[in-house]
Amino acid sequence: MAGSEHKENNMEVTKIENVTRVFKTGKVETQALRGVSLSIENGEFTALVGPSGSGKTTLLQLIGCLDKPTSGRVFINGKDVSQLNRNQRADMRRGTIGFIFQFFALIPTLTAYENIELPMLLMGQSASERRERVMQLLESVDLTDRAIYRPDQLSGGQQQRVAIARALATKPALILADEPTANLDTPNGRQVMETMTRLNQETGVTFVFATHDPRVIQYAQRVITLRDGLIVENNIENKDEEKVSLEV
Amino acid sequence: MVQLLRMAFRDLGRNRRRSFFSSLALAMGLALLLLMAAFIRGEMGSAMESSIRLQTGHLQIRAQSYDESKTSLKWEDLVENPDQVAGRIATLAPVKVATPRLFATGIVSVRDETAGVRVFGIDPLSEANAPYREGMVDGEYLTADDRSGILIGQPLAEKLGLKVGDQFNLSVNTSNGDVDEQLFSVRGIYSTETNAFDNFTVFMPLAKAQAMTQTENHASTILVLLKDKAQTDVVAAALQSTNYKVLNWIQMNEFMTTYEEFANAYMYILYLIVLGITATVIVNTLVMAVFERTREIGILSAIGMKGRRIMAMFLAESSLLAVGGIIMGLALGYLAVTYFAKFGFYIGNMGITGFLISNTVYTDLTLEDAVNLTVMAFVITLLAGFYPAVLAARMEPVEALHGGK
Repeated sequence: MAGSEHKENNMEVTKIENVTRVFKTGKVETQALRGVSLSIENGEFTALVGPSGSGKTTLLQLIGCLDKPTSGRVFINGKDVSQLNRNQRADMRRGTIGFIFQFFALIPTLTAYENIELPMLLMGQSASERRERVMQLLESVDLTDRAIYRPDQLSGGQQQRVAIARALATKPALILADEPTANLDTPNGRQVMETMTRLNQETGVTFVFATHDPRVIQYAQRVITLRDGLIVENNIENKDEEKVSLEV
Repeated sequence: MVQLLRMAFRDLGRNRRRSFFSSLALAMGLALLLLMAAFIRGEMGSAMESSIRLQTGHLQIRAQSYDESKTSLKWEDLVENPDQVAGRIATLAPVKVATPRLFATGIVSVRDETAGVRVFGIDPLSEANAPYREGMVDGEYLTADDRSGILIGQPLAEKLGLKVGDQFNLSVNTSNGDVDEQLFSVRGIYSTETNAFDNFTVFMPLAKAQAMTQTENHASTILVLLKDKAQTDVVAAALQSTNYKVLNWIQMNEFMTTYEEFANAYMYILYLIVLGITATVIVNTLVMAVFERTREIGILSAIGMKGRRIMAMFLAESSLLAVGGIIMGLALGYLAVTYFAKFGFYIGNMGITGFLISNTVYTDLTLEDAVNLTVMAFVITLLAGFYPAVLAARMEPVEALHGGK
């Protein structure tokens, strides 16, 4: 592993204890998660897999402090985030967690450069710090020449790479990706996954991504399978990073 | 802050036409209000100036017992030796002119037509009566020794079908309570461009008026015009006497002052209604923007933007819409006000008794009105932005990321 700016020890970056999440729509209750426990360590490259409705996205949202569990506890870097209020969760997300979404979640009025810069602006970093970091990230996702392009001037794959760079901007401990290749064709999907894998290896940042694409699952060191709101399989066979191939 | 404004500016630029028309709605509202404020200010200002110039002067000296509403002609209610009193007043440095006037009520009869009038007995040579002399549209102005001629206002002459040289009967009250009727000729027809005055006022020389009303060497008032209106209180204090009462132009135009206060209060309500309507347009625009950008709000929230900052972003958008609208509104309002200040706004005979509004109103926008309206427009637009801003700030990130509920 080349760089290790995030990976300082083998501590858990997130831990989930017997988490449930129930959604209410009128009088109808849907149990998205039914008592899930899980631990993810620093530097892991983990896939959450399972059919639609299995609870992958809900689990990512709880780990990402976008949502609160109905019961159970979620820890990020050892801190219980289950009962944080809206602002506290925003603070936690800003400094600790990066997001990559299925839709290319960039702000359409901002350039690639400005999209990557945005989380750092929210962190209150200086202009020179931001400039240096953005240029470094643009280079790492091979988009230096697209810095001043707006999202509608970029291909889907390029947009998703900008989203990856943005997720890394504040040097988070954890990056959560929800179906990052679902809207991409095969070559672009492969490029995105290769970028994520490389950055995981270079920087040591933990990646957890939800997918049901078998081509993507191959990249994962660890595969957690969910079904009907429960973890049915926790496959850590690929945890040895050397086994992860960059070729599909 | 700069980044916030930049984002807000670009967000507004996404739907330029919608943003432009929202700003334009505010601009039209503001321009309309500036024009209305300038119109009212011009109307009130000109009415006051007309009243001072044509009717009240800056000061009047009257007998203590004189009751204006009864147009009393009893000697004890009048000023004795008015020429002497006026002469003494005219020696004061701030006084431009002082002249006696006698007021009486009368009825003009021409064939089957009659009309109630106010008869002004004036010194034709006094500079205080220049507005009537300068307003002559036909015939001749009065001379001091004219014993059968009368000046009549143009609208009254038209109403009664009178021309220069025509004869008519005029009945007036006298000092002993009788009515005297005499035959007069139309010596001249005047117009002060103020129908409310011209319709009811006829002039005759003071000596003739005194003779007809049997008031001899008496006048209802000594009208004083000052070189500078600001000197009113100083001169009034200097003229205080136990024999007379001194009235200033504010006291004599109390109705107008009260009406102006009422009009101002009414205008404020109107301002709020117009700005409220334009604010609704801004609210609508921003609420649409919030719903269109729900997912983006979710993204911003996901990357750690707090609700407070999301709210600030939408408030920045409403501020920019307000600034755009205000700049356009000031420009439109300035053009409209300038046009009507130069060419006037013809309103015709809109006068109310005791309220001398010119037939043409010239707009007069004060800096105070412009600043007040601009600040009010900005604050109301900003307040209007609060609802969509709070709506955006309160969105749950998970729901927002999925495009809302």
